[in-house]
Amino acid sequence: MIRIILVLAYLLLAPFLGALLDGLDRIISARMQRRRGPSLFQPFYDLGKLFSKELITVNNVQLLLNMSYLVILMIAGAMLFAGADLLMVLFILSTADMFLIMAASSDSSPYANMGASREMLQMMAYEPLTLLVAVGFYLTTGSFHVGDIINAPVSAVVFMPGLLVGFMFTAAIKFRKSPFDLSTSHHAHQEMVKGLTTEMSGMTLAIMNIAEYYEKILLFGIFCLFFVNSTWWSWVAAIVVCGVIFFMETLWDNVSARVKWKTLLYSCWVVTLVAGGVNILILMLDK
Amino acid sequence: MIPLLIGIPVLLAVMFQVVRNEKARGYIVYAGAGIVMLTTIVFIVRWIQDGARTWEFYISTGLIAHLMTAGDIILMCLIIYMSIKYGKVLPILLSAAQTALVLYIEFTVEITEGPHIMVDWLTILMCIIIACIGGFICIYTVGYMKGYHNHHKEVKDRQPFFFSMLFLFLGAMFGLVLSQNLIWIYFFWEITSVISFLMIGYTRTDEAIHNSFMALWMNLLGGLGFAIAIALMAVMHGTVQLSDVVGIGELLPLLCLALAGLTKSAQLPFSTWLLGAMVAPTPSSALLHSATMVKAGVYLLIRISPALEGNLVGIIISSIGGFTFIMASMMAIAQNDGKKVLAFSTISNLGLIVGCAGIGVEETVWAAIFLMIFHSVSKSMLFQSVGATENTLGSRDIEDMHGLIIRVPKLAYIMGIGIAGMYLAPFGMLISKWVALKAFVDSGNFVLVLCIAYGSATTMFYWTKWLAKLLCYHIPRETVEDVTNKDEYVSMFFHAVLMLLLCLLLPLVAIWVVNPIVRELFGNSTDVLSMSVLTTMAIMLISIFIVPVVMFFISRRSHSELVPIYMNGINEGDNRFFLNSYGEKEHLYLSNWYLRFEFGRRHLRVPSIILAAAILVLGFCLVIGGVS
Repeated sequence: MIRIILVLAYLLLAPFLGALLDGLDRIISARMQRRRGPSLFQPFYDLGKLFSKELITVNNVQLLLNMSYLVILMIAGAMLFAGADLLMVLFILSTADMFLIMAASSDSSPYANMGASREMLQMMAYEPLTLLVAVGFYLTTGSFHVGDIINAPVSAVVFMPGLLVGFMFTAAIKFRKSPFDLSTSHHAHQEMVKGLTTEMSGMTLAIMNIAEYYEKILLFGIFCLFFVNSTWWSWVAAIVVCGVIFFMETLWDNVSARVKWKTLLYSCWVVTLVAGGVNILILMLDK
Repeated sequence: MIPLLIGIPVLLAVMFQVVRNEKARGYIVYAGAGIVMLTTIVFIVRWIQDGARTWEFYISTGLIAHLMTAGDIILMCLIIYMSIKYGKVLPILLSAAQTALVLYIEFTVEITEGPHIMVDWLTILMCIIIACIGGFICIYTVGYMKGYHNHHKEVKDRQPFFFSMLFLFLGAMFGLVLSQNLIWIYFFWEITSVISFLMIGYTRTDEAIHNSFMALWMNLLGGLGFAIAIALMAVMHGTVQLSDVVGIGELLPLLCLALAGLTKSAQLPFSTWLLGAMVAPTPSSALLHSATMVKAGVYLLIRISPALEGNLVGIIISSIGGFTFIMASMMAIAQNDGKKVLAFSTISNLGLIVGCAGIGVEETVWAAIFLMIFHSVSKSMLFQSVGATENTLGSRDIEDMHGLIIRVPKLAYIMGIGIAGMYLAPFGMLISKWVALKAFVDSGNFVLVLCIAYGSATTMFYWTKWLAKLLCYHIPRETVEDVTNKDEYVSMFFHAVLMLLLCLLLPLVAIWVVNPIVRELFGNSTDVLSMSVLTTMAIMLISIFIVPVVMFFISRRSHSELVPIYMNGINEGDNRFFLNSYGEKEHLYLSNWYLRFEFGRRHLRVPSIILAAAILVLGFCLVIGGVS
């Protein structure tokens, strides 16, 4: 019963929560830059505007691919909140991303293609760590199932701090935060316009934004998994920690400059190996 | 039945030498492929009617054994003749050494007789793969070779020879998987090596000859390992049954057999030969170098895998497999030749299967068999579609496949399904990966866990960029005419449908095929994945499959205005041209990203070969030195 509620809550509320977080992010960023910033509800106004626009596209498949991206992301998120298999969630998440890449590269546009290539590279950078995170949960709780992970007597983070650090590091890619916002960014990109989303407009872009909100909440859900255990207050703690992580990502976004792709790939892989790999090794030896 | 399975293809092979008319040959191929498939089906039905028990035949053999001895000698003579003709030394030495060794053992050592032929679930699965995929590839070949010789005028037309080799190969593969006696397996093993050598050299260019000899000596090295394993088993235990090798579990024979398996399935440090083999016409790449012959290597490893659990040989094999998985997938990133990418991906996927077999527990073998099934189907489909595309476009460069979905939609869909089958969520590869990862963690193999984590990421990169290239919507520079023949499409559609069915019926495949194999190999009755888990996974995956279809219909309802793409405001009319800095019209050209300087073969090949060879040599030293 509670699972159904959670899934429904995710499907209905995640875009709102994601948009609110986005608005909050913009306010925090603005304050860090001694600006006033937009209203908290600016993302909603933006979405409304995008939906009201006349549909202009460069080809007939982009909308279809973007909608598939959204729905598959929703499936992945729903599976996470339904307590299903974490590894499968991650696999489906990467399949969803594949649709975004296809959408961007389907238009033969130079900027969007460049963005799509960079998105692939980003996937290659973060993928090893996400798989290791799933392995880490399996080693600590004996199951890939989210339902079992949240009922563990001790929070997983006790056994996998390295993986948490690694996940925080690579999550910047997923949140599209500087220094890892190579494929597209919330800030102006000089060398490749808007990257991945260059050719998306109106409803197509709105759908992509909503999907990103779903993804954001999904990722915070995985962050929560690190902290949640069978006690009720662990949920509170998890949400507080997610807030801290959110703030740190925003801070990082504002204090760092975008890096080159090599730095991105190698730093992510090295962090995966050092923080994630060593953590897994210790867990495996301990078993 | 069994003589028929081996005999019919051999008979057909002889027929192609007699019938020289092209049309007649085509019909014989269609009929022949049909007969081979039909025989296999009848054979399987009879076996199942018999209760699906393990059948054992030919306890004592008279004439056949002598014929095989003669065959071994003929093969050796052929290799020596070819080597002398092209001035190579190494193949002569290797071939003479192993043939002499096997003959010596056969005539001097007293060997207890056992069944020479055995039919069990794994054999049946291999027979299905050989008959169905092999049969359809033969049908494909008829149309392909016509197109090939239209496209390559400089190559001498030796089609009768090619078809003979194709069918002879099918016969040899049936023999290989049906045999239980090591000397018999060795005989068929050698035949496949030689056929592969002859097919790679089909065009007789310098490159082809060089590559074919490379394939020959590496496979003969594996054959030598096989011969040594036979000798060791015969001398020390007086038996040459494969099941006894597993039962006794002595490390050195196991390692020698594993060496043969590694060379055959082109694992590092021997992977160079498979890349070189890509000069051969595409059907041989599809049949020998991805769907069946290289599977003989992993077939042997799966057979001996119960004896590999937790010992030194198992560790060596699984580390080489895992290492090959990641290195080959990294090198695939830097390739723009379609067939080269497929070759690297074959090596890499076989690496994963070898890694699974090396761990040697039920879960990993379960995953290995699944991977083998899916890989056979989708890789053979990919090779065929790349071959057909090459005949149509005149190039197999992935860059030239830009927007294939507009130019040759049918081929693009087939290729797309093949690529998706290799790594995307609705297809079974992922479930096998899921099980493999879980089993690697359970067996405590840290290195393999890392290999699979990084290897999946690199695998994703090279497939995605190929898929993205296919799906680019743009106005083609020039229209091309699809010259693909009907029979080619028949084969490719069969593969595509098979792929989709395998995806939909995954739980049934698990119950009816894979679980019995695992049960037989390990002799207990627990299922690796429970039915409920499998079904939920399958349903989940299928739901993903439906999404794009539904979205297709929804998005069609919206009316949109088409506009040109953004090119900084310097578009010239349509999406194809822009204004360059001289004020002239310039063609827009989009290229994929190959990371050549980071992942190129130049940088990675030599170090990875050295490392893998070091692991292997170290392994041999330790095993011979008696460490267990």
